[in-house]
Formats: sequence, structure tokens, C-alpha cells
Amino acid sequence: MSNKNAGVAFKGTPEQEKELRAVIQKHKDQKGALMPVLQEAQEIYGYLPIEVQTMIAEGLDIPLEEVYGVVTFYAQFSLYPKGQYKVSVCLGTACYVKGSGDIYDRLQQRLGIQGGQCTPDGKFSLEACRCVGACGLAPVMTINEDVYGKITPDDVDEILAKYA
Amino acid sequence: MFRSHVLVCGGTGCTSSGSQAIIDSLESEIKKNGLEEEVKVVKTGCFGLCALGPIMIVYPEGCFYSEVKAEDIPEIVSEHLLKGRIVKRLLYKETVQEDQVKSLNDTNFYAKQHRIALRNCGVINPENIDEYIGVDGYEALGKVLTEYTPEQVIQIIKDSGLRGRGGGGFPTGLKWSFAAANQADQKYVCCNADEGDPGAFMDRSVLEGDPHVVIEAMAIAGYAIGANQGYIYIRAEYPIAVKRLQIAIDQAREYGLLGKNIFNSGFDFDLELRLGAGAFVCGEETALMTSIEGHRGEPRPRPPFPAVKGLFGKPTVLNNVETYANIPRIILNGAEWFSSIGTEKSKGTKVFALGGKIKNTGLVEVPMGTTLREVVEEIGGGIPNGKKFKAAQTGGPSGGCIPESHFDVAIDYDNLIAIGSMMGSGGLIVMDEDTCMVDIAKFFLEFTVDESCGKCTPCRVGTKRLYEMLDKITRGQATLEDLDRMEALCYYIKQNSLCGLGQTAPNPVLSTLKYFRDEYIAHVVDKKCPAGVCKHLMQVVILEDKCKGCTLCARTCPVGAIEGTVKNPHVVNQDKCIKCGACIEKCKFGAIVKR
Repeated sequence: MSNKNAGVAFKGTPEQEKELRAVIQKHKDQKGALMPVLQEAQEIYGYLPIEVQTMIAEGLDIPLEEVYGVVTFYAQFSLYPKGQYKVSVCLGTACYVKGSGDIYDRLQQRLGIQGGQCTPDGKFSLEACRCVGACGLAPVMTINEDVYGKITPDDVDEILAKYA
Repeated sequence: MFRSHVLVCGGTGCTSSGSQAIIDSLESEIKKNGLEEEVKVVKTGCFGLCALGPIMIVYPEGCFYSEVKAEDIPEIVSEHLLKGRIVKRLLYKETVQEDQVKSLNDTNFYAKQHRIALRNCGVINPENIDEYIGVDGYEALGKVLTEYTPEQVIQIIKDSGLRGRGGGGFPTGLKWSFAAANQADQKYVCCNADEGDPGAFMDRSVLEGDPHVVIEAMAIAGYAIGANQGYIYIRAEYPIAVKRLQIAIDQAREYGLLGKNIFNSGFDFDLELRLGAGAFVCGEETALMTSIEGHRGEPRPRPPFPAVKGLFGKPTVLNNVETYANIPRIILNGAEWFSSIGTEKSKGTKVFALGGKIKNTGLVEVPMGTTLREVVEEIGGGIPNGKKFKAAQTGGPSGGCIPESHFDVAIDYDNLIAIGSMMGSGGLIVMDEDTCMVDIAKFFLEFTVDESCGKCTPCRVGTKRLYEMLDKITRGQATLEDLDRMEALCYYIKQNSLCGLGQTAPNPVLSTLKYFRDEYIAHVVDKKCPAGVCKHLMQVVILEDKCKGCTLCARTCPVGAIEGTVKNPHVVNQDKCIKCGACIEKCKFGAIVKR
């Protein structure tokens, strides 16, 4: 649970903290404020380490264990930093039927990491996702905001090379 | 006034295949040719034919250009828009007949469709409220607020026969009447836009292509039940939809269509967006509301139903996006009009997201009662590459696989349940002979194991055990008794789970066991996977008489499992082989096969 597991020390800046405090202030009196605050906090820091969760718990006057419970419930919240390039393969039904599982395997092999992990240089992180809604282009993978559709495992190297 | 309008799809599918670059190029080419005053470019929502994206339509001719590339734009502008000569090579093939351009509505893909929920998608600019108003937008809200009592509104919805499009099929008017009957100082209207079924994207298309229809319908629902605050719970995975909804809400506020005293009627209504954070269970109504409240999105037992005690403990109506998209049309055209479409117990139309092994992947809206055969073969264009149809999967992880023997069943809520599947939100994934049904059942169970929230034991532990049994089968380690135990466990999970997720999770297993038991038996008894998908049950082998010893396969193999010398037949070392199939694709002589 602590930042020890993340393998990276928490490197929050005073500017980020100021931004977070402003976000907490903005939502403080809203009903059900925790989710929007967590979402904006993840935008600011890229992930939600225990230090950030503590600030939110104190700011919204919610017990830390409740904040942690919410963070770990939702797939989108991450306790660990992500890579500079977030590689995501759709394993939704339409993509799976068209062979996205093989693409996911190839990516794990090429990047040398398992799904959910980040390469040691911090460049690529890999994850499987459930349906980006572009089923007409199945199988689909995304790298940050870029979408690659109708791909085969053999296209993987060429796509990764663009980000090397 | 413009003499030509160019509509370019800005939906997710087409944006992913590069439609923004096309819009940019169009605008610069139009400027270069001095046509800014004559031609207008409109970025619309989804046209439905995602497989052929990016898509654009040029009016008044109605020319449907598909798979357009940015390089094609100068030609389209200088030939078509400047000189009036249609660029035939880029037209959607189905619209070209003996050198004549036929209307899009006459093509197989569109002819059988009946668009109510999707009527404005691909027609208007979703980021401009005036375009929505131009197609009768907010007229239904005005009519309701100035001419009808809340009771009359509920009666119209009841008479229309509209049922919830999120999957359950509960009568919408009845739901509204329950919430209306409960007195409270505060009530809420919610919209479920947490479209989590993998392979379903109709709600996304409505939100991206026609966001105001949802806002208008929620205000109507608010008036009917006596609520002045609404929440739209939307997946964060849908950034374009979130952006357009926010623009739409801001514009509606600016026009006084949200806020205080709407249409001078004394009715106040406002909306807020709430983003999901990637939890499938939040599509369940009580879990969704728990999530809006800022907690772990776990379901709670019903009763009390949301109409009594919903969001923040107040009476709440929750409907899904597609349900709302039907409401304004029902108000304007009347309950009788709506109930004349569809079957006896399922009125109106349903949007399906066609995906998987089918030619025309995309969105289609058909009257209830259309047969699966019409949807797959006529509208969907059938299975590509001459493969044979095996099954259609509806209802996502809660649904089942429908075999060809039920191909002529008229699709409606009750018929689908009768054959062991369900309507669900409308994903329709087509599978061909290359799909292994045991593997598909395992795929869905992996999904539910992952997404089970863990609150109740039958779902948390039961789905995990079910997955392990399926895994055993795909490894060739199961016995016939395991099949019976698995079936018994399925019924146990269905009967004892707290919410819809667990109650429907075994459906993919039960339906495949029912219709494709022979495949299960092949895995268990013969230790074979007939479709050649389950890796543990197959071997990659090189046919000695066909192999020329070119060494290409040995060089391709990522794990060095192929051995042999030049010009002599090669052999696969089964201990090393990971069955990735890379060698099969590379072999020029067809000498490598899966067995």
C-alpha cells in the first residue's frame, strides 16, 4: 500500500499540491465529491500514491481507509505510476473474437513485461482494457491518445517503433 | 445559404481511423478553392457503418464516400465540390449500380433499418444546439410543460409500451409512475451511460451524435416524477461523449432549456455529469447510485427499489441512454405511433452493435421482431472470407450464444430469454467456425471474475470456481462429471447472487453447454479443440512431404522451437513450441498446420 511497493519515491511538487488543494476546495461541499476529486487528482499526479490519498482524506474529512477502499475498487485509479506511453489492448468481445489476445501476448513478449506493469526505463506500461467502443475497427490497441485498428501481431513492432 | 453540405463522421470509430485529418484537409482545400461561402463542412455523430470509416456524405447529391483518406480530399474538392463530378472510385460500392448513384436508404445496410433512437446521429452537428432545435429538438419538452400534466406524460409513456433498453426490459412508464407516487422533498432522475458490455457502443453513439436528446428526455422525466435534479453517470472511457455532453448541457443552460422556470412553466431542472472509473458492476442500478454517492460501487439488496429509496436515499428514476433517446419522439408522434412498431410485448426498435466476424460491423437500428437472420445476413452482409456461421452472442457477459437453428427467431425481449440469451444492451457479436465455444465461455467468465465486486459470496467465489472448471476443460484435464458439476454450480450462482451481474454471469456457460455440448465433449473425451483455438489441445506440425526446407519458419519462430537443416524437412520441438502460429502465417508452401 505504501509507496515502497511502487518502487518509486513520491515526487510531488508544491505546485501540484496547490492544484490539488484547489480541487478539494472546489468540490468540498458537493454531494458525493470523492470520485470527482480522485479523478482530478489522478490528472494532476498521474497516479494516486498514499501521500495524495492522505491529503484528499484530510481535505474532504473522509477516513483514509474509505478513500483507499474507493481507489482500489475502480480499475481506472492507479496506485502506481504509469509509463510515458500507456499501451492498452482491447480485450472486449469483438476484439477478442478477432484475435486481440494474440496481440496482447506479442506485446508482453516484445516489451518484456506482464500486463499491468511498466518497463524499467518508465517508457511503456501495458494493460488490457474492456472495449473502447471502436468495435468496427477490431482488433484495437491504443497508445496514449492514438488508436490503432485492424492490426495483426506482426504490426506490433512497427507501431512500437514510432514511440522508441 | 450553402449550396453543398459535407457531413463527416466524428464518431469514435471514424475518429480512430482518422476523420479529424480529413476535416482539416477539407477545410483547407475548400479555402484554397475559394468555396468557403458555398460549401459547409459539418462534423456529425456516427453513421453506423463503422467498418468502412472514415465516412463522409456530400449533400444535396447524397454521395456516400467511404474509407476516405486525407490524400483523397484534394480530388473530392476539385472534382466533386468545384466541378460537380462525383469521384466514383471512392463511393461506397453498394451505392453504385450500373453507373447510377443510388440512395443510401436503398442499400442493404440501411434499407431494413428504422431509426428512432439514432435518427439524428450522422445528420446534425452534435455540438450545436440550433441544429438539434432545427430537427424539432426541445419541442417535446415544450409540449409537455405547456400542455400536459405529469400524470398525462406518464400515461403516454405507459401506453407506448416502451421498455428499458439497458437490458432488463422493465416498462419505463411503470417505473416512472412508481417514483411519481412517492412523496419526498427531493427526487432525482439518473441516466445510465456506463455502457460496460464489451462490444456494445450504441449509447456512446447517441451521446456523441445527439447529446441533446438525452438532456431533453431527462427533463421530461423530471417533470413527470417531480424531480428537479438529474445526474448522468458516464464511462470515463468515452472522452468524446463526455466533452459533447458537457457542451450540450452548457448550451441548454444558456438557452434556458435547463435551469429555472423552463418555458415559463415554473418547472426547474438541472443536470450534472458524473464520470465512472472503470467498474462493470456500476451498470447495475443500485451500484451506479452508490458510485455517484462517492463510494465503492457495490450493489445493495432490493427492495427498497430506487423508486422508493434511490440516490442519496431519495426516490429516483434511472433509465439508460437509448431508452431516453426514444422519449421525445414518443411525445411528439404519440403513443399509438410507437406501439404500432415492433412485436406484441416489445414495442419500438432496438439498436444493435454488430461486431465480430461480420462484413458490415457497425450500428443498426431495427424494429423489434426482426429476425437474427435478417440482421446478420441482409443488413450485416454475412460472414467474411467464406467462413461458416456458428453463433451470435447477444447480451454481453450476461447473455448467451445463439446457434444457427434459432436464426429465424424474431428478436424481442421475451424470445431471447426463451432461447437462453437476453437482449442486454444490444451488443451482437457474430462468431464463425474458427471460434471455440468453450474458449468464449471462458473468456466471459474471466471477465465476470474480474468485475465481480466481491460483496456476495455466490458471485465472488462461484464465478472463480466456474472459471477454473472451464480452464480445466480447455486444458484437456476435465471429466464428463465435471460438466454436470459445472452446470449445477451455474444454477446455484444464478439463484443466490445479490445483483444482476452474478445472476446472469453463468448464462454464457449454460447457453454454450446447451447448444454446443459436442464441443465440450470433444475437449473432455477426445482432448481436441475442434476450432483449433485452445492451445493446450493442439500441436503445430510440419508436413514432411510439403516442407521444402527453406528455413523461413525456423527464422520466424520467436522461441527457436523449429529444428532442421537447409533443404531438408523441418520439425517442431513440441516442448519448446508456444503455438503462436507465426510460422504458419510465414510458410509459403502451406506445410505447417495446427492439429
